[in-house]
Amino acid sequence: MTVQLIAMQLFSGLALGAVLIMVALGLSIIFGMLGIVNFAHGALFMVGAYAGLYVAGLTGSFWWALLIAPVMIGLFGMLIERFLIRPLYGRSPDDPLLLTFGLGYVLVEAVRIFFGTDGIPFSTPAALRGVVNLGIGFFPLYRLFVIGVVVAVLLLLWIGLEKTKFGLIVRAGSADPLIMRVLGVDISRLWLIVFGIGVGITALGGVLAAPMRNVSPEMGTLVLAEAFVVTVIGGMGSLPGAVIAGLIVGVSVSMTSLFAPEMATIVMFALMALILLVRPNGLYGRAAPGL
Amino acid sequence: MSVIKNAELVPAPARRSFATLFSNVSRWRVPLSILALCILPWVLPSQALAVNVLIYGLVAVGYNLLFGYTGLLSFGHAAFFGAGAYATGIAIGAFGIHWFIAMLIGVLVSGLLATVMGVLAIRTRGIYFSMVTLALAQLVYYAALQASSWTGGENGLRGFTVSTLHLPGFSVNFLDPLVKYYAIMIVVAAALWFVSRVLNSPFGAVIEAIRENETRARACGYDVERTKLLSFILSGILCGLAGTLSAMHISIVPLDSLHYHTSGLIVMMTLLGGAGSFFGPFIGALAFLSMEDIFSLWTSNWQLIVGVIFILFVLYLPKGIWGTLISWGKSR
Repeated sequence: MTVQLIAMQLFSGLALGAVLIMVALGLSIIFGMLGIVNFAHGALFMVGAYAGLYVAGLTGSFWWALLIAPVMIGLFGMLIERFLIRPLYGRSPDDPLLLTFGLGYVLVEAVRIFFGTDGIPFSTPAALRGVVNLGIGFFPLYRLFVIGVVVAVLLLLWIGLEKTKFGLIVRAGSADPLIMRVLGVDISRLWLIVFGIGVGITALGGVLAAPMRNVSPEMGTLVLAEAFVVTVIGGMGSLPGAVIAGLIVGVSVSMTSLFAPEMATIVMFALMALILLVRPNGLYGRAAPGL
Repeated sequence: MSVIKNAELVPAPARRSFATLFSNVSRWRVPLSILALCILPWVLPSQALAVNVLIYGLVAVGYNLLFGYTGLLSFGHAAFFGAGAYATGIAIGAFGIHWFIAMLIGVLVSGLLATVMGVLAIRTRGIYFSMVTLALAQLVYYAALQASSWTGGENGLRGFTVSTLHLPGFSVNFLDPLVKYYAIMIVVAAALWFVSRVLNSPFGAVIEAIRENETRARACGYDVERTKLLSFILSGILCGLAGTLSAMHISIVPLDSLHYHTSGLIVMMTLLGGAGSFFGPFIGALAFLSMEDIFSLWTSNWQLIVGVIFILFVLYLPKGIWGTLISWGKSR
């Protein structure tokens, strides 16, 4: 076991972490703003991957898929917010959770009808095939590309939230929706847009993950569990928390698969249990809202 | 003024009869449930469906103790159902242990698992709880998948058929479907009596107080964390008992019994029937499994229909079938 091997494994851990950040981001944005846990998150991730597959099939280009599929699913997310989730505001916080769970159930079944129950391979775009020499070893180009996209999305989000007027309104709205309404801000329109953006980012994650994971109707279940682990470790609704937690989980999984491969699927959940014992609100979490 | 007062003092006859009906139903809830279960195999299209209603009804009853009465929405109860089933199956198959002891082992193992998961999950509050229970249940799922030398991995656990129940003095032919139904029903009936007893106890009052207003329950001096944990464990044990019955019934433990999907089924059944009511979970299990039975004849995508119905219930009838009936009866 050389230093080089460990360094390589560390790097692929960071790459896995980038994917996990992408997986958790949409969930975290929607929770941070609307205060609801989207249990259809995994299913929407899966639908995003299928939408990417569909668009790539129509246009013959991965790049169009990467661009169009998230917008399509983001608009679909807005419909969900408008017609299914909005009637539930003001009711028990469990109700949106139960509803999105049911929605996820329906989406999985709908995809089975349209695309079949078997997994579909999604080939890596030609321009991103092959490996890159990093000095410590060879690394798949596509994974480097994914890291790049995740960094770009995080930067855009940060600029959007911290540097624009819209971001200011979003942050104020998440701090105190009532006051914002008094000040004349149409808060329900704001929630509609934020929900759409959150779902769109989730779908983008699905398209990005498609060449690395088998695209199947069931792929969302693992995604949902992963997203929960990352957000619980990082702290709900905290973007820096999601980033740190994603990297920690990615590196832990990657290192475990080097030293004890049979534990690799379990380690992220064990890590979450450990964090819960020490910091029940996660690394960056505020005290849980509600109750 | 006086007219309104009189109207309140002398309720309409219909209202009185409905109120009396519901209070009587509530008082005789255990005998009534057992009576309904006794006639179930004769009114349902198949005995296989009736046994499933028994087993999943018990799971939903156990889950309802936590979700309906304590107000904690867990998405990980498949872990206890599956743990009970696996422990019983392994005890019989690998160690040749007597079925009754094996059942006790199944219940014990699910109780231990519920204690560990409960201690971790209770530390979180609000919607965190649902996420953490889901993630911990996935941990159990992947652990079972990895430990394939014990659990059979993806193929499920096989090879522990119980054909005869040996009891002191006599034995029961467990292969006859009707005999099997009534044997399982006796266990379920005992569990129902136990749940009714728990709900009538001071503990039952405290869990409902926590559901209604946790801060006030704490201010009244109740140990909220300990009560929640106890409710979590009791709920896990009941689901584990249903798991052991399921293992004995189908002589195989599919890996899917630990899956997120199963946890979701439990939530759906409980909500469809009516969370927080005694009869609700059984009605929910009956409704869900009947829908599966009917719709799967027409289409292999019956889950789409069931999912849409579930969404409509969350939107328009969040009290479920039985809960809506009760409030309709009371408002008459």
